[in-house]
Amino acid sequence: METKNLKSRVLKNRVMKSLFFSATVIALLFLVMLFYRVFSQGWGYLNLNFITSFPAPYPEEAGIWPGIVGSLMLMGIVAVVAVFIGISTAIYLEEYSPQNKLSEFIRVNIQNLAGVPSIVFGLLGLTFFVYLFGIGYRLLAGGLTMALLILPIVVVSSQEALRSVPAEVKEASYGMGASKWQTIVRVILPAAVPGILTGIILSLSRGIGETAPLIIVGAATAIYTLPESLLSKYTVMPIQIYKWTARPQEEWQFVAAAGIIVLLVILLLMNAIAVWIRNKYQTRY
Amino acid sequence: MKGVYVMSRISATSSQTVNVRSLLDEKRSKKLKVRKLENIIPYLLLLCALVSILTTAGILFTLLRETVGFFSEVSIIEFYTGTNWSPWSGDFGVLPLISGTLLITVIATVVAVPLGLMSAIFLSEYASESVRKTIKPILEILAGIPTVVYGFFALTFVTPILQSIIPELSIFNALSGGVVVGIMIVPMVASLSEDAMNAVPNSLREGAYALGGTRLEVAIKVVVPAALSGIIAAVVLAISRAIGETMIVTIAAGATPSLTMNPTDSVQTMTAFIVQAATGDTTFGSIIYYSLYAVGITLFVLTMIMNLLSQYISRKFREEY
Amino acid sequence: MIEMEKQSVNPVKEETASSNIFEVQDLNLWYGDDQALYEINMDIPKYQVTAIIGPSGCGKSTFIKTLNRMVEMVPSVKTTGAINYGDQNIYEEKYRVEDLRMKVGMVFQKPNPFPKSVYENVAYGPKIHGIKDKKTLDQIVERSLRGAAIWDEVKDRLNENAFGLSGGQQQRVCIARALAVEPDVILMDEPTSALDPISTSKVEELIQELKKEYSIVIVTHNMQQAARISDRTGFFLNGELVEYANTNQLFQTPTDKRTEDYITGRFG
Ligand SMILES: Nc1ncnc2c1ncn2[C@@H]1O[C@H](COP(=O)(O)OP(=O)(O)OP(=O)(O)O)[C@@H](O)[C@H]1O
Ligand SMILES: [Mg+2]
Repeated sequence: METKNLKSRVLKNRVMKSLFFSATVIALLFLVMLFYRVFSQGWGYLNLNFITSFPAPYPEEAGIWPGIVGSLMLMGIVAVVAVFIGISTAIYLEEYSPQNKLSEFIRVNIQNLAGVPSIVFGLLGLTFFVYLFGIGYRLLAGGLTMALLILPIVVVSSQEALRSVPAEVKEASYGMGASKWQTIVRVILPAAVPGILTGIILSLSRGIGETAPLIIVGAATAIYTLPESLLSKYTVMPIQIYKWTARPQEEWQFVAAAGIIVLLVILLLMNAIAVWIRNKYQTRY
Repeated sequence: MKGVYVMSRISATSSQTVNVRSLLDEKRSKKLKVRKLENIIPYLLLLCALVSILTTAGILFTLLRETVGFFSEVSIIEFYTGTNWSPWSGDFGVLPLISGTLLITVIATVVAVPLGLMSAIFLSEYASESVRKTIKPILEILAGIPTVVYGFFALTFVTPILQSIIPELSIFNALSGGVVVGIMIVPMVASLSEDAMNAVPNSLREGAYALGGTRLEVAIKVVVPAALSGIIAAVVLAISRAIGETMIVTIAAGATPSLTMNPTDSVQTMTAFIVQAATGDTTFGSIIYYSLYAVGITLFVLTMIMNLLSQYISRKFREEY
Repeated sequence: MIEMEKQSVNPVKEETASSNIFEVQDLNLWYGDDQALYEINMDIPKYQVTAIIGPSGCGKSTFIKTLNRMVEMVPSVKTTGAINYGDQNIYEEKYRVEDLRMKVGMVFQKPNPFPKSVYENVAYGPKIHGIKDKKTLDQIVERSLRGAAIWDEVKDRLNENAFGLSGGQQQRVCIARALAVEPDVILMDEPTSALDPISTSKVEELIQELKKEYSIVIVTHNMQQAARISDRTGFFLNGELVEYANTNQLFQTPTDKRTEDYITGRFG
């Protein structure tokens, strides 16, 4: 280090610093361009009619209403299934599981599941839910597939939330003669709920943008009635967007962009709620 | 003795008195029953925890079962050595799909690694705490955008721009898809690498600064080498993500399986084929249906190897301090 | 020398068994392979304040936590010997820790209220042990808070989160929480070490008041505190109970050289 000329070393440091800075800016610039592109193209097509209409053969008449309803219903199923199983798993791993081989295996397994491509979950859902269980290309099959897909994220974020409850607080409860379950239900879970909720909303927002596995388990591309039960045909926002994007005529791109705006706004809302919950209800110890 | 004392004390403040002790003793027998029930709770919870294991088992079972079905009709050697993939006319050589996936992954890596690493160095070594705290969440927005949106961006924005630079570029091409997949994984590379660099003890940095090193020299000669295994683990994990990415390549890279390493060509990845075949009228039990799974298991194994490799490297990394 | 030590360890022997709340017999304890307590024999009298002193790491916390079996929160813990409470050995297989801890309350070093309202904190014990009636709970909460000398300070903030109170107030809410199930014994592990001097003296006054109704065992780092508030004092060193006597006697005429060195500040 000492041998080189100090001036040139300092200069080099400056040059590289601006290079590193520009790399960061480039990444951010892509985000800006993406938003600009989507909003500039979609804004003109975004109106109440677009939000409340069904798909149509003409771009001006097409709407995303069944996608919105389908996505929300799908998330309803996912929330019920993944939240119940995910929180139970997290409680088991954090509070009950002894440090044994089985729980270690479950932990490693969950970590690996989180890295499985989402489309593979689609194949799982296709074999099991669509064919073996005989559900067919229906809402329930999509919901169960999606629930398994986001389960690892729900488990990991719930584990983190449970872990953030300090040992002293648990000790206080055990010291009063509370049983393990009482301590979990009355002290640990209430204290962890904001964190768990935040994690769940973020997991759901991951699920609401997923497209590929739902294509595999047969979400319809265009439907003209709203799903009425768990066994209805359905579509979701990302699939409608995908289909519009894939059409060659330019007008459909604008429709797709309008759909993306709706999707992004919903995602933004979900994230805002998550952040709000975290800031408002999270106990700081 | 105590009871009397307590009662005399209470009568001063309230008309009624409660003897907590005797009340609690009353409740005791009821509690014992409840406690018996509580003993089965861990088993119920374990049952839920086993769902994740069942999921893995289910994935393996599905992929293996249908793949075995596939290989009873198409030879495994033909599948892994054949250079022609046109399943609707009976040609099942998977190499074009693998090369398509590989091409996309290479392009994505070329984009994501420099951008991600440089951002990580900037955030970890140069940026002030407040700058880092603003930029990191914004980068994470990039990671939270649905892939179908990236696909739209690739097809309608990146491709036209690239076409104006490279006129012979076809509408669907590996370059555009690969670049956008790269952008998608930048936050992952940046954020995980930055974590690794942050974990480098400050004492190492201070030692180098004491010798008169500039920030750049400290970053390149001390921090990056010390964090190298963490960085490599991040890159490997990001590559695994790129291999499994579906919507961007389905929308932007096309549906032409071809054994090419030319980024301006249209290609089809493994994931894009699975989408294509599942969207068409694929009947249960047909050869196309089975081929989905043969391709699926290839994809699964590839990403799994990457994930395990990444875990292995980062575990070694943690041992270093 | 050895004889003297033996005598000093059990000076209450002549008293009848019923005047003791705990009788600790040959207690040994290990964390995994590391022994933390050696052959402890100690009778803890009813309606008195018993102080445990000794240098850091000597096993004070470990010992006090054996009295309500909170040591078992550490999975690797093994014990031998007996602790008799009433007529029963609490380390017997069939003894239920939940019942024990209902009668042997604990206050911890760092105030550790639940992240709930003051009311819910105090009502916690009665609720988990089955009392649901709102009127009864109201009475218990008020009585316990009065008992912990904090009622006047929090009576208008019963529904506020206990985290909003000062450290000293939090600690007294924790004491009220322990009182709510009317235990026989209150164990306190350095209850004032995280508090300022004013809060400390409030808690000390409270302890004097409480011993009329409860037996109290208190761990303290502070020898002046032990001298001020306790009736009997036990000195621990390296996991052994070196000397155990009336507080005045222990501080004025210690029989063991190590006790003398410790209380005169020559080590620890
Ligand atoms: N959970 C544990 N696992 C293993 N060893 C422990 C554990 N808790 C305490 N020990 C050991 O037991 C011995 C006694 O610890 P203990 O906490 O009882 O000391 P103490 O007298 O309360 O000290 P202090 O005054 O610092 O609170 C120490 O050597 C300590 O290292
Ligand atoms: Mg201690």
